[in-house]
Amino acid sequence: MGKYFDMLMEDVRMKEGLTACMNCGICTGVCPSAEFYNYDPRQIVDTVQTQDDRAIEELLKSDTIWYCGECMSCRPRCPRGNTPAYIIQSLRSLSQRLGFFVYSEKGRQQLALKRTIGQNILNTGYCLMPKLIDPELHPEQGPVWKWVYEHDRDVFERFGDNYRQEGPGAVRKIDDQSMAELHNILKVTGCDDFFDNLEKCSEQKAIEMGFNGADEEYFRYIYTTDNGSHQ
Amino acid sequence: MKISWKEYQKDIADDHYYYARSCIRQNFFPGSEAAFLHILGNDLGRDILDDARHTSCTGIGYHSDIVPLDTIMTVVARQFALMTEAGYENFVSSCITSFGIYSEALEMWHEFPEQEEKAHEYLYKATGREFKKPKNLAHTSDIIFHHRHQIAAQAKHKLINVQTGEPLKVVDHIGCHYAKIFPKVGVGGSEFPYVLSGMVEAWGGECIDYPERRHCCGFGFRNYLVQANRGCPVANSKKKLESMAPYKPDFIVANCPGCTMFLDRWQYAISEMEGTLYGQDGHGIPVLTYEEMAGLVLGYDPWDLGMQLHQVAVEPLLDKMGIEYDPGAKYLGKNGKFIGKPEDSLIGCYTK
Repeated sequence: MGKYFDMLMEDVRMKEGLTACMNCGICTGVCPSAEFYNYDPRQIVDTVQTQDDRAIEELLKSDTIWYCGECMSCRPRCPRGNTPAYIIQSLRSLSQRLGFFVYSEKGRQQLALKRTIGQNILNTGYCLMPKLIDPELHPEQGPVWKWVYEHDRDVFERFGDNYRQEGPGAVRKIDDQSMAELHNILKVTGCDDFFDNLEKCSEQKAIEMGFNGADEEYFRYIYTTDNGSHQ
Repeated sequence: MKISWKEYQKDIADDHYYYARSCIRQNFFPGSEAAFLHILGNDLGRDILDDARHTSCTGIGYHSDIVPLDTIMTVVARQFALMTEAGYENFVSSCITSFGIYSEALEMWHEFPEQEEKAHEYLYKATGREFKKPKNLAHTSDIIFHHRHQIAAQAKHKLINVQTGEPLKVVDHIGCHYAKIFPKVGVGGSEFPYVLSGMVEAWGGECIDYPERRHCCGFGFRNYLVQANRGCPVANSKKKLESMAPYKPDFIVANCPGCTMFLDRWQYAISEMEGTLYGQDGHGIPVLTYEEMAGLVLGYDPWDLGMQLHQVAVEPLLDKMGIEYDPGAKYLGKNGKFIGKPEDSLIGCYTK
């Protein structure tokens, strides 16, 4: 077996997700991302099952593994019991661990996800909070959301929510002990180190690309750039 | 096989629930979470605990691939520990992504017991807590489905067009992570999900079977969360909307907080980009949560349900159902405070 395949097989999702692919392509037929992108999840599974180091390294450095939306529509359809999306989750984890994610435009976006969703979890205990969904970054949310955003406390308290206060209720402030426990979980299970590695690899790549580092300018660049080669 | 899945019913606990909130639902549909607790506690007389201590399941981070598997499994273990400590055994998730995560944890721990051992160890090391797995895991829509006939018995309104006497035509959108990951955890499995259509039928409406009924809304986590990728989700929602429009649905009811929001917001984006409106008479298609649908049936005020937070105007549906509402109260804040109103838009405006 190749070393990258062995590393992938350390992930329990590979054990669950890969049996033997017969290349029927039903995963690609049902895939929402394949309808939009120049993308074929069947080929990913086929490449991984070759166990070929060179081919898997190329995959880990490519845009290809970042198109999947993890909707899992492929899972119930596969006649051989494969789950391409699980294999892709494993590939993405390994790509980030090895620093290969910075080689592709879509992979580099992981830093933006860490600095938005990841930071929200660290700061609030939620993936999202109203004040974190800035209408400027989310024009598709429309004028009603802009109104909610600008009048957040008045709107949420209208529904009896415990808005940013401790105690039960929606959009509440999570108490200090619970936040400390969450932070300990992130530390003990390696999430902190995972985040640090995303920052470190992105910093190096940003400098290589001519930025002053992985600063706000670099964030905006990776968050908004589409080089037009994906469809 | 078709018949067996069509008739498949999962076990749903009848009472004594531990409630876990949703990041997306509490942000975009705060009235729905409030309505769920009110319906369970007041209309149905059930015991449900709204615990202040639980956090996000971190599922959006996990499916954006920035939260490792060991981390999210330990966060799940903590939620279960809080349920255990509070003396509950029936865990109810208000979110489809979370429901998929909790189901994945339970299935993974069953298939790979060493992973469960690891979750126990990590949790104890990080928090000093210990957990038991829930006896029953349900999504909030399962709970409403389970009580649908009791709700029908208390109905103030039916899903019927009061002007024509005909059943309202409803699109049900299930949300991929409800049953595509583990078909046995969903009513009707992944091919014949009945959780929403069962409610619609019990309350007098009629579900539309259209070609892209099972297609994903397109959310795709990183495909929406990063601005550069948003063409993918809007294209997939557009495919669904174009597929359902010829059947003239009166409204969409969605299972997943994300799908509900996206099917609403992308209608706005498409109307602004190209002027297309998928509903009837120059309107969009209102997109409801199942709590909003249940609340309207039970006679709740639409603004107490938070339906003013939708971008697609809901008034055409309220008129069809014969529901009285105060247009002037739509955008008032707490205690009737005037806080301005959103800017007008093609799809958000409504004039009788």
